[in-house]
Amino acid sequence: MIHSLFLINSSGDIFLEKHWKSVVSRSVCDYFFEAQERATEAENVPPVIPTPHHYLLSVYRHKIFFVAVIQTEVPPLFVIEFLHRVVDTFQDYFGVCSEPVIKDNVVVVYEVLEEMLDNGFPLATESNILKELIKPPTILRTVVNTITGSTNVGDQLPTGQLSVVPWRRTGVKYTNNEAYFDVIEEIDAIIDKSGSTITAEIQGVIDACVKLTGMPDLTLSFMNPRLLDDVSFHPCVRFKRWESERILSFIPPDGNFRLLSYHVSAQNLVAIPVYVKHSISFRDSSSLGRFEITVGPKQTMGKTIEGVIVTSQMPKGVLNMSLTPSQGTHTFDPVTKMLSWDVGKINPQKLPSLKGTMSLQAGASKPDENPTINLQFKIQQLAISGLKVNRLDMYGEKYKPFKGIKYMTKAGKFQVRT
Amino acid sequence: MSSNSFAYNEQSGGGEATELGQEATSTISPSGAFGLFSSDLKKNEDLKQMLESNKDSAKLDAMKRIVGMIAKGKNASELFPAVVKNVASKNIEIKKLVYVYLVRYAEEQQDLALLSISTFQRALKDPNQLIRASALRVLSSIRVPIIVPIMMLAIKEASADLSPYVRKNAAHAIQKLYSLDPEQKEMLIEVIEKLLKDKSTLVAGSVVMAFEEVCPDRIDLIHKNYRKLCNLLVDVEEWGQVVIIHMLTRYARTQFVSPWKEDDGLEDNEKNFYESDDEQKEKTDHKKKPYTMDPDHRLLIRNTKPLLQSRNAAVVMAVAQLYWHISPKSEVGIISKSLVRLLRSNREVQYIVLQNIATMSIQRKGMFEPYLKSFYVRSTDPTMIKTLKLEILTNLANEANISTLLREFQTYVKSQDKQFAAATIQTIGRCATNISEVTDTCLNGLVCLLSNRDEIVVAESVVVIKKLLQMQPVQHGEIIKHMAKLLDSITVPVARASILWLIGENCERVPKIAPDVLRKMAKSFTSEDDLVKLQILNLGAKLYLTNSKQTKLLTQYILNLGKYDQNYDIRDRTRFIRQLIVPNEKSGALSKYAKKIFLAQKPAPLLESPFKDRDHFQLGTLSHTLNTKATGYLELSNWPEVAPDPSVRNVEVIELAKEWTPAGKAKKENSAKKFYSESEEEEDSSDSSSDSESESESASGEQEEEGDSSEDSSEDTSSEHRSDSESASEVGDKRTAKKNSKSKGKSYSEDGEKENEKSKTSDSSSTDSSSEEESSSDSESVSESESEPESRKVAKENEKKKTKQDRNPLTKDVSLLDLDDFNPVSTPVALPTPALSPSLIADLEGLNLSTCSSVISVSTPVFVPVKTHVLLHRMSGRGLAAHYFFPRQPCIFGDKMVSVQITLNNTTDQKIENIHIGEKKLPMGMQMHVFNPIESLEPEGSITVSMGIDFCDSTQTASFQLCTKDDCFSVNIQPPVGELLLPVAMSEKDFKKEQGMLTGMNETSTVIIAAPQNFTPSVILQKVVNVANVGVVPSGQDNIHRFAAKTVHSGSLMLVTVELKEGSTAQLIINTERTVIGSVLLRELKPVLSQG
Repeated sequence: MIHSLFLINSSGDIFLEKHWKSVVSRSVCDYFFEAQERATEAENVPPVIPTPHHYLLSVYRHKIFFVAVIQTEVPPLFVIEFLHRVVDTFQDYFGVCSEPVIKDNVVVVYEVLEEMLDNGFPLATESNILKELIKPPTILRTVVNTITGSTNVGDQLPTGQLSVVPWRRTGVKYTNNEAYFDVIEEIDAIIDKSGSTITAEIQGVIDACVKLTGMPDLTLSFMNPRLLDDVSFHPCVRFKRWESERILSFIPPDGNFRLLSYHVSAQNLVAIPVYVKHSISFRDSSSLGRFEITVGPKQTMGKTIEGVIVTSQMPKGVLNMSLTPSQGTHTFDPVTKMLSWDVGKINPQKLPSLKGTMSLQAGASKPDENPTINLQFKIQQLAISGLKVNRLDMYGEKYKPFKGIKYMTKAGKFQVRT
Repeated sequence: MSSNSFAYNEQSGGGEATELGQEATSTISPSGAFGLFSSDLKKNEDLKQMLESNKDSAKLDAMKRIVGMIAKGKNASELFPAVVKNVASKNIEIKKLVYVYLVRYAEEQQDLALLSISTFQRALKDPNQLIRASALRVLSSIRVPIIVPIMMLAIKEASADLSPYVRKNAAHAIQKLYSLDPEQKEMLIEVIEKLLKDKSTLVAGSVVMAFEEVCPDRIDLIHKNYRKLCNLLVDVEEWGQVVIIHMLTRYARTQFVSPWKEDDGLEDNEKNFYESDDEQKEKTDHKKKPYTMDPDHRLLIRNTKPLLQSRNAAVVMAVAQLYWHISPKSEVGIISKSLVRLLRSNREVQYIVLQNIATMSIQRKGMFEPYLKSFYVRSTDPTMIKTLKLEILTNLANEANISTLLREFQTYVKSQDKQFAAATIQTIGRCATNISEVTDTCLNGLVCLLSNRDEIVVAESVVVIKKLLQMQPVQHGEIIKHMAKLLDSITVPVARASILWLIGENCERVPKIAPDVLRKMAKSFTSEDDLVKLQILNLGAKLYLTNSKQTKLLTQYILNLGKYDQNYDIRDRTRFIRQLIVPNEKSGALSKYAKKIFLAQKPAPLLESPFKDRDHFQLGTLSHTLNTKATGYLELSNWPEVAPDPSVRNVEVIELAKEWTPAGKAKKENSAKKFYSESEEEEDSSDSSSDSESESESASGEQEEEGDSSEDSSEDTSSEHRSDSESASEVGDKRTAKKNSKSKGKSYSEDGEKENEKSKTSDSSSTDSSSEEESSSDSESVSESESEPESRKVAKENEKKKTKQDRNPLTKDVSLLDLDDFNPVSTPVALPTPALSPSLIADLEGLNLSTCSSVISVSTPVFVPVKTHVLLHRMSGRGLAAHYFFPRQPCIFGDKMVSVQITLNNTTDQKIENIHIGEKKLPMGMQMHVFNPIESLEPEGSITVSMGIDFCDSTQTASFQLCTKDDCFSVNIQPPVGELLLPVAMSEKDFKKEQGMLTGMNETSTVIIAAPQNFTPSVILQKVVNVANVGVVPSGQDNIHRFAAKTVHSGSLMLVTVELKEGSTAQLIINTERTVIGSVLLRELKPVLSQG
């Protein structure tokens, strides 16, 4: 399936190549560079590029293109999903996935890639198994390795691969047994000029960090499971149990993982926790425009809104902006025309605002569209859909684990059209 | 070869690519490569030294640097001799890195690579499965043609390895060997065939992948494994799932008839073909409704559904395309939600998913209409995503939502991304043509856009308006005038050309403006774009024909300009037009028709989606994404007109039925085994709890019975397999009964020898057949026989599930295995935890389904009568009514017991409390397993419980007291003789052999007289199985029907033969050791068979 993999940085250098079958010359990437040139921005590079003898499937993450070369028909999502899994694995291994990090750890990267695919077909993609095979580098281990001459390659054999729960390694031991679950909901919304909601939906995930000894078997139940309209699970979750009882029953992987992602049914009205008042006006025949935005809370269930960041892509005609925020800091990049205002917390008594003028290109006609405002924010201890975890139980092990559940609401793709 | 590639490497440093010569435009300039190479030379010297040192750390360092070189694409091939020496290093990391190196360069250094082979050959015999697997992996990755025979041998051996992990690697190696030497195909297919039979989930994905690569056309290899693959699917790793689903989609399209007929309202001829199809079926199969979906078809659709919830986008997409291509149209809808969910993912995933949605939404708007808003465009989306969303929005537009959509489009038109704005205008044009109600609105809107400041927007609008006006030959003089004015300002050639064309076409409608436009154009002719020049010529010609008075000179002027144009196309056109329109002596006959030629009614262009007709490519494939056939794309065949013989799956299925029925049981058996053996002391408590548990199971089992509706039935994961396999076996069995059950007989015959000696069959026969399965180890077969009782219990449970009549209100979904979960305290033994959780068991089972093989020759009942018997009438029971019936399944409480199900009804208006069984008055030897006391039964409530009674193979009555809190009622159960049997599967040959040994005293017979219509095979079958729980023995003769069973208590064989004679008579013969039961059964059967 996957013939070769090339890693290409944003300046167009191939800095890593790996082949699982016969070697494919890196000149095949020329077709990719062509496409890259044609697309103005990196994210407009088509994910699938046909060449006379190969097909190039690529994903773009962390400013790196991961280009897979394939020769025959294969479901494109198969390759794309796999490439994303590769990136996730690197991130898991090295904390960040960037060009210098990959270059520094090229041996580990190579070993990992070798295990992930055999003859182009995925072999071990569970990070638990991989970590048993090849230990991720840590500073401590590097030091120890240089002194003792031991290696990163696990000397035990990866029993996990043969196990019935391939996602969990055996013989896990912790002195403090803890299981934390983060319910994180994101609001995707488009708000129109007048402040009315065009579309809004809630997407949620439950991320878990489970550090439990042995083979615990957990069940997690919700107070209001009906809210969850569409769900997708980590493979550890027993689907039938969910179907029949709406209970999440699973043997967790060790460490961090995404237990569940869900979509809150569309029937429920979405409470929009913020509003944006804006008045942005360009005038014909004037080189100055007025700009004013105010952000305020709305339907927050008494919680504070934090981490508010307002960004907006200003029209090309805007040369510069002179603005004064009532709180927080703002920047405007005259090259990319990107305005960004880091607001911080919203104090309902004193609403944050950003006021000022824009200087426009002289002589140019006024832009026909006002810029869209993108909003980021966080609300702690609140799941905006109202989802609540009822209880978490553990079977199969005798110790008492420490359990914790945290709720958070965030802005997803939250846009205000002006 | 090696020197050749070596030379190449020196030059490009990037590796050899002889077959890719066309693509290889070397990225590194020769001089640069040379410089690199020379520096490498020095570096390599010290690397060589390091590799030859005897310190591991130096070697490791060297290897790490070499791998770094490989990763960067630098040539390290000359180090081969130094590296290959270390292949047998004790240090694992060095070894691994050497492997990496070896796989990369072996192809170029074939001779030297051979040095390493013996190391791998040795490792292939290693006791550790992981080492064996990794040796096979590397060995097969070394692309050296000389070792093909060694690889072939290794693959063959590994495919028979005990470890599924090694077998998985063998499946991968198949593909590698095939690409190295396609001549091995035939041999490899044999290995694939063998591995396809493998029951491990680890192997399934990989072997199907190998199948797809090596012999995708050998669909016949799939038949026998089809049901197994369907059932294993959920437990296969995600990548394997994708491959298997794609393969099964193709399979289904060749093996089943189209389920799409009702929904589609197909034409008559096609209806006819269905009918004829049905007729055909009726010949072979006696009861078939007009169109019923093949149960195997249904099985596939049902088993893939949970995978829509996968976190892996590729799996979700694979299931979606499966539904799209093979499920009935009415069921496709469920995939839309999951596909929309994928839109939250990365842009690449979005891109592919949106493409597929676009194709789907053309054919079936309804599917995605509820999710309209999910396709609204955000300003942050990349352009390709935006355009795809737009495409989908257009496809979804209809009368109801068009106004909302148009408002949304208005925002898009103003977008700063002009490419996107232009696409939006195209979209508006398409909406306008598709939905006639809004055509005018759209047109007006587009006209407004003509005054937009952005040229691209205006130009696009002009082009779209042109198309719209062309489609609507109504008067739109105003718009044309407006556009004519635009000619002064607009510069985009396409737009100018469009306007000119429009004016030319409608020159009679704007008689005043047209000549003026021509005048202006004549002035600027020389500076126009070629496209515009052509249209000016056209306009001139048209005006010359309609309004020659005003424009004759102008046109001639333009024609003269055109004559000397630089572009030959324009010169050509000029000459052509001149000859055609300007009358002169040489002009031919055509000039008479000039007007007709130029001003003919032109067909309006069709504004179509680029995704139309893309669905002739299988969705979710690369070919679909590219809209061209990719290399290696396998066409999805059309539905066959007549379904190929479904029994090809059957044949094996009967074996499967044998294997599978126990499979379901065996899994539980496994669990039960562990469960019981390790915590014997709680036997009691678990027994009692299994009682209640079986009730709940029965509820879900009952849903199963109801057929298709049961897909959604809520069962625990652990019960899922069992129920699936059960239904599979059920189907298999029915078929067996009806036809074509040779293989059943065959497979049974292996066990037959033993049965000769003893009539007690099932228990001992297991070892024999299970030895065929490589994967079932000795220990397993031993434990099988030990756990026989348990397995029986479980089997009984299955039976209950099937036959239970009353729906149990409390669907507590607990399976046997869950017990541990709920009483964690009661398992003091520190179990290896996997035993505890139901899903693990399911997983276990998935990993190794072969444990069961054909343990039990007891087959599932052919038929389960629904007739109930009164145990306690409500009048005599003071409102408590009780009925009992025989579900005809092995009893879970003991293998000598007959399972009985009792349904209790409360007909009073008060609660009845504490229903239990009181004093038992049982004849000698008879035993009874009672149900757990029922705490209370609500008014109008009903509850079903199961018991086991060992009747000692007699029809004696079991009397006992049924007590409530206040009263005690004496009740009896007298079993019909037919219920004291368990059906047995055997071949005709064995039947005859057994019959030969049971003659004389052991044989009873009688003659039956009845009307001939009662002697059709189906009627006889139905009558016999109605009376007695017997299995059908396939018969070679039409006039002899044979049935086999064994008694529950003693396991004695009971052979029933109905031999049709001439003159509406038949002989009924029963051979059995238990002559008493035999004669009773004879007495019971006789009247039934002779009845009309």
